[in-house]
Amino acid sequence: MEKPEKLIENGMRLDGRMPDELRPLRIEAGILERADGSAYVELGANKVLAAVYGPREMHPRHHQQPDTAVLRCRYNMAPFSVEERKRPGPDRRSVEISKVTREALEPVLFLELYPRSVIDVFIEVLQADAGTRTAGINAAAVALADAGVPMRDMVSSVAVGKIDDTIVLDLTKDEDNWGTTDMPIAMVPRKKLITLLQMDGHFTKEEFGQALDLAFKGCEQIYEKQRQALREKYAIKQEK
Amino acid sequence: MYEIVSSVRRDYIADLARQDKRIDTRTMDQFREVSVEVGPIKSAQGSALVKIGKTQVIAGIKMEHAEPFPDKPDSGMLVVNAELLPLASPTFEPGRPDENAIELARVVDRGIRESNAIDLDKLVIKSGEDVWAVFIDIYVLDHDGNLIDASALAAMAALLNTEPPEDEAWTLPEFPIQKRPVTVTVAKINNKLMVDPCLEEEGVMEARISIATIEDGSICAIQKGGIGWFSLEELEQVYELAKVEGAELRAKLG
Repeated sequence: MEKPEKLIENGMRLDGRMPDELRPLRIEAGILERADGSAYVELGANKVLAAVYGPREMHPRHHQQPDTAVLRCRYNMAPFSVEERKRPGPDRRSVEISKVTREALEPVLFLELYPRSVIDVFIEVLQADAGTRTAGINAAAVALADAGVPMRDMVSSVAVGKIDDTIVLDLTKDEDNWGTTDMPIAMVPRKKLITLLQMDGHFTKEEFGQALDLAFKGCEQIYEKQRQALREKYAIKQEK
Repeated sequence: MYEIVSSVRRDYIADLARQDKRIDTRTMDQFREVSVEVGPIKSAQGSALVKIGKTQVIAGIKMEHAEPFPDKPDSGMLVVNAELLPLASPTFEPGRPDENAIELARVVDRGIRESNAIDLDKLVIKSGEDVWAVFIDIYVLDHDGNLIDASALAAMAALLNTEPPEDEAWTLPEFPIQKRPVTVTVAKINNKLMVDPCLEEEGVMEARISIATIEDGSICAIQKGGIGWFSLEELEQVYELAKVEGAELRAKLG
């Protein structure tokens, strides 16, 4: 795709969204049979699966911690998830995303309850259109709850950015490519604490503040959807 | 990556933080002594040795011909690689770069790339076929904390010191630098914020944020690390620290 002249026209983005509008979001909890917890997230054209195994015995055993469980996260993209086939296996980008994902989720977990064990979080991106790390975190947080892992709160995540000098919520691939700034954020929604923050591009101090406000609003909407997904699975249904 | 700190020491550092004090008697907004030595490596096109306290990082620049990325035929290439050498710390092991080395390289990369510190569009020899690739290799020699700031500063100092390659394909008068991004890392201990964490502080900190700023104080890259969290108010403080201390670090670039 060629760079369009304008990414925002008459206040509307290329896909018809307003600057502060999320892409259509669908979250389902507990969709994998064998995993202890799982979730599926569709955010626009992103399709992301997350599975949680554990707490379970840590192997190899020399990685066991005597006083706490270990959280392991693996973010992985399917070879067919992007335009040009991605070579299977971890690259530098996915190693970094796995690390920041772990650091985004770990603050809400009570790992000290499960010494010597491991909680594995596997995130698989099946189809990608920018914002896969945030979609992955949203899915993983729901999957952790679905697995019954004790949590202080949910973790909700969204990207904000700057395109055509406008601060926008939830960038698409095209907006990320042609825009100036991308800033993925994860937060603990009830206390409004930030557990993941990355940014590349250009922000003045004022734009940074604006972007944070917008991200908070986006995370609140995502939080609601995450709760809905869990309620849908666990609410007691009336017998007919 | 971070060393284990004994619980007595941990409590001591946390208690000092509560009183706005630090184990090495610094103030919360004070860097350790920073020194920048340019050009120690003659075999590199550019190089710099940066010391922040006892932490030592060397950055070397090499340039080579390369085929451009298909989607960027009119742009030079920038490659940042970081090595946590086994000689730099008892916790570093030989082998492929682990997630810490990869994160370090990518955070330095983003600061330089996103600020357009190098005018990559000028590093084209023949559109779509031949461009200059700039390799920044970061070599950590001694790890006493805050590798991100030391590495970013070393990379920038080395770039500013880069001599064009002796090659007839090189036609520019000088190596095209247009911005000077500088990264400042702020650690959070016992809900207090402090710049430039030393090794023990890193072992105790709840989380850190690194912000790269350019000359006008605007932000070009951010990375949060560690398993703690930050409030909005804390982020504002972090930004102010990054701006003010960043300007001081930038002055070290000469």
